[in-house]
Amino acid sequence: MYKVKVYVTLRESVLDPQGKAVQQSLSSLGYNGVEDVRIGKYMELQFDDTVTDVEGTVKEVCEKLLSNPVIEDYRYEIEESAKQ
Amino acid sequence: MKFAVIVFPGSNCDVDMYHAVKDELGEQVDLVWHDVDNLDQYDGILLPGGFSYGDYLRSGAIAHMSNVMAAVKKAAEAGKPVLGVCNGFQILLESGLLPGAMLRNKNLKFICRTVELTVENNETMFTSLYEKGEKISIPVAHGEGNYYCDDETLAKLKENNQIAFTYASDVNGSLSDIAGITNEKGNVLGMMPHPERAVDDLLGSADGLKLFQSIVKHWRDSHVVNA
Repeated sequence: MYKVKVYVTLRESVLDPQGKAVQQSLSSLGYNGVEDVRIGKYMELQFDDTVTDVEGTVKEVCEKLLSNPVIEDYRYEIEESAKQ
Repeated sequence: MKFAVIVFPGSNCDVDMYHAVKDELGEQVDLVWHDVDNLDQYDGILLPGGFSYGDYLRSGAIAHMSNVMAAVKKAAEAGKPVLGVCNGFQILLESGLLPGAMLRNKNLKFICRTVELTVENNETMFTSLYEKGEKISIPVAHGEGNYYCDDETLAKLKENNQIAFTYASDVNGSLSDIAGITNEKGNVLGMMPHPERAVDDLLGSADGLKLFQSIVKHWRDSHVVNA
């Protein structure tokens, strides 16, 4: 069993209006030192033992569905996990 | 001419599109569920607006994996007209039939009002009945219509005249005020504004009707003898 954590974020070159609004909100709360906020997505995938190439599969699903390469980057962490 | 309006779970402009084609345009049209894998009997494919699969993950991301999309791609390759409106445009972007992606509107708001568009290219099968530079009133209703692509893609869109419609003034932050683009071949059009909601004066504008009439004219010119 593997637990995979996938982080999808907007590419650096892409403006993030949501992050910008949060940054402005933080600044109006008095947190002037927060220069920039970028908002992304966090996903957890649970793989069973039938998947032999976990890393290859993770890359594949990230590119096919979980992220849109036009505007987003992804990274992932793979952890071995015991059966629940 | 026979159209298919593809219906996904969460589509909500499918009936408007059906009405526009059947009652205002006067052509044949079927509502087609997203699990069919053959669209050979149709001459034109319409992807309506809405919130397919609840906009989960990204707008259009889940819908583009549907069974029917392979058939939509086949129709596009065969040169048939494929029109995606609003969520339909987002699905075409996700499927790679059109370049680029949608971001949240610059002001983070869901924008729902009638806007003015400029017809940038009237030499497409979707726009031939408009004048170049014509201003038309068409409603928009979207939260993610802020068109984005990289510089190289934008240059290519301009070079190939793929920008069909722009917003006459900024609406959602779209790059170069892009409201609608075609593929290189010109038979796939994606646009955020809703032409199917502007097909009768009773609806506030009939400016969208010419888009559908252009499609039919193009089809007649190439399929009907003595058209």
